[in-house]
Amino acid sequence: MSFVDNDYHMVRGIQVNTIALVGNPNSGKTTLFNALTGSNQHVGNWPGVTVEKKEGKIKFNGKTYNIVDLPGIYSLGAFSEDEIVARDFILKNNPDIVINVVDATNIERNLYLTTQLLEMGAKIVIALNMIDEAEERNINLNIDALSEKLGAPVVPTIASKKKGIDELIKKSIELMEKDIEHKPHISYGESIDKEIEKVKDFLSNKNLEYPPQWIAIKLLEGDEYIYEFINNHEDLSSSEEFNKMVEQFKKNAEKYELEIIDKRYEFVNSITNEGVKRPDVMEETMTDKIDKILTHKYLGLPIFALIMLIVFQLTFAIGEDLLGGLVEEGIEILGGFIESFLISINSPDWIISFVAEGLIGGVGAVLEFIPLIVVLYMLMGILEDTGYMARAAYVMDNIMRALGLQGKTFISMIVGFGCNVPGIMATRTLDNKKDRMIATLINPFMSCGAKLPIYLVFIAAFFPDKGGLVLFFIYLLGIFIALLMAKIFSNTLFKGEPSYFIMELPPYRLPTLRNVLRNMWDNVSGFLKRAGTTIFAVVTILWVLAMLPIGVEPYGESSILGRIGSFIAPVFKPAGFGTWQAAVGLFAGIAAKEAVVATLGMVYAGVGEGTELIAAMQRVFTPLTAVSFMVMTLLYTPCAATIATIKKETNSSKWALFTVLYTFIIGWIAAVLVYQIGRLLGFS
Amino acid sequence: MGKKSLIQLNPGDKGKVQKIDAGGNATRRLYEMGFNTGSNVQVLKNDRGPLIVSLSGNKIAVGRGLAQKIIVEDLH
Repeated sequence: MSFVDNDYHMVRGIQVNTIALVGNPNSGKTTLFNALTGSNQHVGNWPGVTVEKKEGKIKFNGKTYNIVDLPGIYSLGAFSEDEIVARDFILKNNPDIVINVVDATNIERNLYLTTQLLEMGAKIVIALNMIDEAEERNINLNIDALSEKLGAPVVPTIASKKKGIDELIKKSIELMEKDIEHKPHISYGESIDKEIEKVKDFLSNKNLEYPPQWIAIKLLEGDEYIYEFINNHEDLSSSEEFNKMVEQFKKNAEKYELEIIDKRYEFVNSITNEGVKRPDVMEETMTDKIDKILTHKYLGLPIFALIMLIVFQLTFAIGEDLLGGLVEEGIEILGGFIESFLISINSPDWIISFVAEGLIGGVGAVLEFIPLIVVLYMLMGILEDTGYMARAAYVMDNIMRALGLQGKTFISMIVGFGCNVPGIMATRTLDNKKDRMIATLINPFMSCGAKLPIYLVFIAAFFPDKGGLVLFFIYLLGIFIALLMAKIFSNTLFKGEPSYFIMELPPYRLPTLRNVLRNMWDNVSGFLKRAGTTIFAVVTILWVLAMLPIGVEPYGESSILGRIGSFIAPVFKPAGFGTWQAAVGLFAGIAAKEAVVATLGMVYAGVGEGTELIAAMQRVFTPLTAVSFMVMTLLYTPCAATIATIKKETNSSKWALFTVLYTFIIGWIAAVLVYQIGRLLGFS
Repeated sequence: MGKKSLIQLNPGDKGKVQKIDAGGNATRRLYEMGFNTGSNVQVLKNDRGPLIVSLSGNKIAVGRGLAQKIIVEDLH
């Protein structure tokens, strides 16, 4: 729950100053955000708004400040969704200070965004980040010259080592209190400057929510957002003089736009000419050497597959073999203890049953898999932190292109491995609607962390020696089906050219423990939270349904739960697992995927669910039906949170419903195929 | 020293961006990523799949279709 009002300047009703962080992707913005807010600070992902916009707080000299981390962007055009989020925040929420994080090794391009911030009239402080890497590469930076030319304080920082942070805060707060001393003048060439002046003159006494200079530039650039703003503004849209002017701009928008961008770069160059000296000869960096192998034309793809295989093998080796027993035993001991305690105080039977079978059997069955999930998220975090994920997208571009998509789409798929919700959110960086729609619809096939416990139960019961391998193939099947559906969608529902591919390949870095842990905790805490809320609720409801009507044998086929299950079960008969328990489990899984295991744990086991659940699985399933059940859970209808995210991101209930149905059908077909073909081949 | 498309450069070759021969959106995106006129690029990889180029010190992958539309002055 967030206690921050929609107005970001208010915290618990008190006026607070807001600092926004803006910068290019890979400029170290998030690292800086973490360094600013500190590990003990609340980093809230705002549910539903965007995962890329994070909020935290800092205290300085006894005063609290709000810090908002905006999505990493290259430009403030209203081009892709993440840019709109960043731009809207700056324009509508008016942060008191914008800290512009600039990558010191790549200052030319980073300052392009800075130029746009200056155009907006934002009060900016530059965090010249990764100054150590710039030094290593012999890039000479004249801080005073940069500051002078930009008309903004420039603070060298090394966010990963927490250097320059205090100075950055100090400078930001200083600037908050005073007016901007001098604004740098950006000339867009004589003819455009003249047009800007004309617009400014017209707007000068209109008292608009945006600075007139900025409106003028955006009008000339043909920015759709600003046209809409004008259409909705009576004073402006009713003025014939103004409309005439706008019409004139529209005709020349493309020419003006490129000219304006060129002039921005001219402005940037005028700054870097004085402030930045690069060595003439660029040496081959370590990153270049590693890339020769990892992006190799033939080796790139096999290496990617190998890395993923290692990730799953390690997940299993560490998470299950090494740590797996710990939590399991802990829960068993705790469960036994609580149960005997309840008996000793003569608790009614129904309470004992609820606690033992419902809570410990259900929620406990989910919690048992925490070690595995911790390990998997840590490994994925390490991969992300090194910069390898961008290479994975690179080597996948060929395949993606053949399917009518582009490599960048693959990033959202990889994020989906963690959880489909941020995976779908990650499609916001795609600026082509077709790419984005397809990437959204196929994301549920990327097996998320919450499905892991399901596979693990079945692996433990039937394939204990081949855990890593089985997991690898499950994930691979997910990717395969996702790509297959992408191909089908791009040939049917969303025709059109695959969009162009352009993506930065950040330098490789050693992952920091801090980032990896933080990343892991973000995911695991979500998992724990779900265990305490959604899963708890589902388990409670299911337990009640399993007990009713009164007098019925608990967890029996004639309980309400049993009847619901028996009603659905025949659907899954062709897939080999037509039991009412399996049906109820899958049904509960639509609330949250962990609920599948929670349900199975509850209906089959109760206390001591660890080994007992596995033994029960061995009685009810066969290796073949275990595989078909795993395939079903991999592919079928995503969880409620994912469905809601699809609805929100596509802005359409139709697509959400479509996803619910088509994924179910795909999952069912695949599970039936596995079972029927498996039987023909003589498996059982 | 002639005009070439970026895709015609070999690994190690350098070029100066002269213009972008693409539609509005692609041009804008390229500009924003640093492929503005006058910027210097060096091709690092150009075999199969997207090109990898170095642009003022950072590495950018550019799809082949897009690279074709980047017209550069060949500087070798």
